[in-house]
Amino acid sequence: MTDEHEHYEAVVVGAGPGGAAAAAVLARNGVETLVLERGVEAGSKNVTGGLVYAEESAPYTVDALFPDFREEATERPVTDYYLHNVAGEKVETFDITDLHEHDTAWSDAVLRRRMDSWMADRVHEMASETGGGLLTDVRVNGLLRERGEIVGVTCDELDPIRADLVVAADGVNSELARDAGLMDWEEPEEWFQGVKAVVDVPPEIIAERFGVADDEGEAHLFSGDLFQDVRGGGFVYTNEDSLSIGSVFHLDSIVEQEAEPHQLLDNLLTHPLLADWLEGHYDEVEYSAKLVPDSKKAANPSPHEGRLLVVGDAAGQMQAQGPIIKGMNHAVSAGALAGEAFAEAKLRGKPEQAGDLYERKLRDEGVMGKLRPKGYRVASALGERDAVADLTDSLVSSSVGRLGVRLLGGAGLLEDLYSSPYLSQIVPDTQTPYVTLPTVIAEELGERVTGEADFEPKDLATRIGDLTYDTDVGNPHIELRDNSVEASGAAVTACPVSARDFGGGCYREETVKTNGSEQKRVSLDTQPCVECGTCAVVADTDWEHPRGGKGVEYKEG
Amino acid sequence: MHSVVLTKGVPDFREGQVSFDEDGHLERGATPTVMNPNDEFALQAALQTKVKQGGRVSVMSMGPPGYESVLEEAMGVYADDLYLLSDREMAAADTWSTAITLSGGIEKIAEEDGQSGEPDLVFAGFKTADGETGQTGPQTSWCLDRPIVTHVISLDVDEEAGRLRAKRLVEGDVDEIETVEAPLPAFVVTDPEFEPSYRRAEHRLRHKRLVAETEERVAEYEDHLTTWSAEDLDLDPDFIGLDGSPTIVSGVDPIPKAPSEREATTMTPDDEEGMAELLETMRPMAGGD
Ligand SMILES: Cc1cc2nc3c(=O)[nH]c(=O)nc-3n(C[C@H](O)[C@H](O)[C@H](O)COP(=O)(O)OP(=O)(O)OC[C@H]3O[C@@H](n4cnc5c(N)ncnc54)[C@H](O)[C@@H]3O)c2cc1C
Ligand code: SF4
Repeated sequence: MTDEHEHYEAVVVGAGPGGAAAAAVLARNGVETLVLERGVEAGSKNVTGGLVYAEESAPYTVDALFPDFREEATERPVTDYYLHNVAGEKVETFDITDLHEHDTAWSDAVLRRRMDSWMADRVHEMASETGGGLLTDVRVNGLLRERGEIVGVTCDELDPIRADLVVAADGVNSELARDAGLMDWEEPEEWFQGVKAVVDVPPEIIAERFGVADDEGEAHLFSGDLFQDVRGGGFVYTNEDSLSIGSVFHLDSIVEQEAEPHQLLDNLLTHPLLADWLEGHYDEVEYSAKLVPDSKKAANPSPHEGRLLVVGDAAGQMQAQGPIIKGMNHAVSAGALAGEAFAEAKLRGKPEQAGDLYERKLRDEGVMGKLRPKGYRVASALGERDAVADLTDSLVSSSVGRLGVRLLGGAGLLEDLYSSPYLSQIVPDTQTPYVTLPTVIAEELGERVTGEADFEPKDLATRIGDLTYDTDVGNPHIELRDNSVEASGAAVTACPVSARDFGGGCYREETVKTNGSEQKRVSLDTQPCVECGTCAVVADTDWEHPRGGKGVEYKEG
Repeated sequence: MHSVVLTKGVPDFREGQVSFDEDGHLERGATPTVMNPNDEFALQAALQTKVKQGGRVSVMSMGPPGYESVLEEAMGVYADDLYLLSDREMAAADTWSTAITLSGGIEKIAEEDGQSGEPDLVFAGFKTADGETGQTGPQTSWCLDRPIVTHVISLDVDEEAGRLRAKRLVEGDVDEIETVEAPLPAFVVTDPEFEPSYRRAEHRLRHKRLVAETEERVAEYEDHLTTWSAEDLDLDPDFIGLDGSPTIVSGVDPIPKAPSEREATTMTPDDEEGMAELLETMRPMAGGD
């Protein structure tokens, strides 16, 4: 029977930066490579902030693999980088361009639909030369096993395929990593949730309001008291003719605070600083959301199993370096190293050693060290303990702490501290760096900003309504296993397209009356789902992606 | 494997394209001609055969020189070669004389191909958007003396065994799907429910490549076009065109137009009584009783 299965030397699942890099290196080494992507087009399922970094110390950068990348697939290079500490209308801005430029060859803003589909065309061309190619609209739904060994993949749309190498580059909600037991979705602490709006703004207005030329761009980050005590921050990045405005928060914190992700985004959109930038130009074209792994906790030190090599978000390789988010560059490094490992192992006649070789390369090339910095482990062991965290918090907001902030700030030292690459790697995940300290800084040192938003952000119903969906009626991709409020109630608020008292989203809380007794339970409708993965972690669900091409289709990402 | 797809140009019936005169007759001159929408499924079936079996796809149409645009459109779906059977003698043909002409064209292809002989498969779409008779396909197959399978919704060709296996949709009180086999060469009429299926990556990749190739070819479709007259096909003038048409259309009744003003009652969801009444009126339609 099995002889009838189609065979490729390598099957790469997912055409994000991780998959594209893996496929490019495999193809370059003459390995017959098939790439499978579930979106109607590469990028149609993806969301990023997004600044792509090319690190000087990285083993591979995206432009090394795809030479015209910067000219053809990116928006603007980021030439200035600011962090705004916010307390109400008071703002203290730090210029942390130095931190941004540390170990950085270049960094450009990107929109994923454009970036990924551009790369996919190149990948298809390269892979075609090897007898393979790239196919969209195909969802891989599991691993093909033979006597317990992984020998290929199974798909919704294709017959099973055998391969000597399977690269799982299927992103944060990797079904393959889960199938192989290399990743689980248990702990909200291990994840961030990103929510984003793309707002169309003509280039001349971007030039005027940000003071940038055509080939310049800016990144702005926000922390302090504008996000209802949720740990995380906001961002504004300049694209060619739009702004990416969004937020990235610790998922456990969103759940704890019962925060509504779309409202946190609105808090940012209507802040006086943005009011000045957006005045007369609020044209929101896309609302999107996605989970992101926190590599400090989730990066798997040994992301392989038999013929399966896992790269990028699927392996938890997403680095939050203080306020700077680096996922795409690490996905590229890991994907390329996986390809390299297989090519080398094959050359030595031992393709089965590709996994071990890949693991060694991740370590030797320094990728693993960045994803799981040693310093963080030491600092967090102390700093994240509740008693210590509370103490630090109250210390910072005490009069002594405030005095310290004034003194440090007056001497320009705070700005320097914020720009320290070392400190940024080890900051503990507590309230202090995200909320308390920035708020105190703004209160003590900040200046009042006076802008007033001349618009109402779009409401959730309109945001959902404006998205493109190919709904798959009768084929729900998420099933609630336990609809009690205790098990799944967190999804009602944490799902970025659901909200308490909103009937049009995915999750709703309902009161069911039976024989005089009342019971609260949760119900689910996956039609408006943006496939962010949040409920896979915070609710009790059976979670998978929709079939190829089905579900939400992002035009920007 | 060589497939020939028969296609016809029809008036573009989409809203805003079609023009009628005062008597409700179609104004051919003012209405653009497009490929009969049902023929797209026949083209998809031929393309699927090419993807899986390899070989060649030809598209054939009978019509005035203006039909080239229809063939150009067909090429956009997929074709290697285009054939236009065009001659004054062929004008005003009914389905019967059209079938005779088309079968003449197919025999001519077979003759030109010599060794490789007659096309293995001839495809036609299920009825045209203008005539709606659904006869041309079956009549052509009769002229060619081939087995015919109609209402095909999926198709598999076993070239080695010289057979095709098809699923056909049999509509009735309860719809049924029938699986049939036929020896090659055969004639296939696709149903609008036809769906090409590519379950192997290899096939999808080849499909992608052929579609990309097609884009390039459409630009120079004229290089792939062969036009044949009645004389080229060596057809008996008594059997083609108006002279060869036993069917005479004795009259055409315009379809009564919907009154421009219809009665409508506006109601608000708050009007409970009104809503109850409305639901009562709608109940039989929803419940099917
Ligand atoms: C709001 C937000 C802001 C961010 N900001 C930044 C930033 O500024 N800089 C940065 O570097 N990173 C940022 N990131 C993180 C970055 O987007 C990810 O780390 C990166 O995209 C990971 O790349 P990947 O190739 O591993 O996975 P993805 O980019 O997620 O690609 C996975 C691909 O696999 C496909 N796929 C999934 N499952 C299947 C399947 N079963 N079958 C077939 N195909 C499948 C998907 O459709 C997708 O195309 C941000 C993320 C978010 C959400
Ligand atoms: S239903 Fe789940 S996956 Fe879908 S948008 Fe909501 S939280 Fe995200």
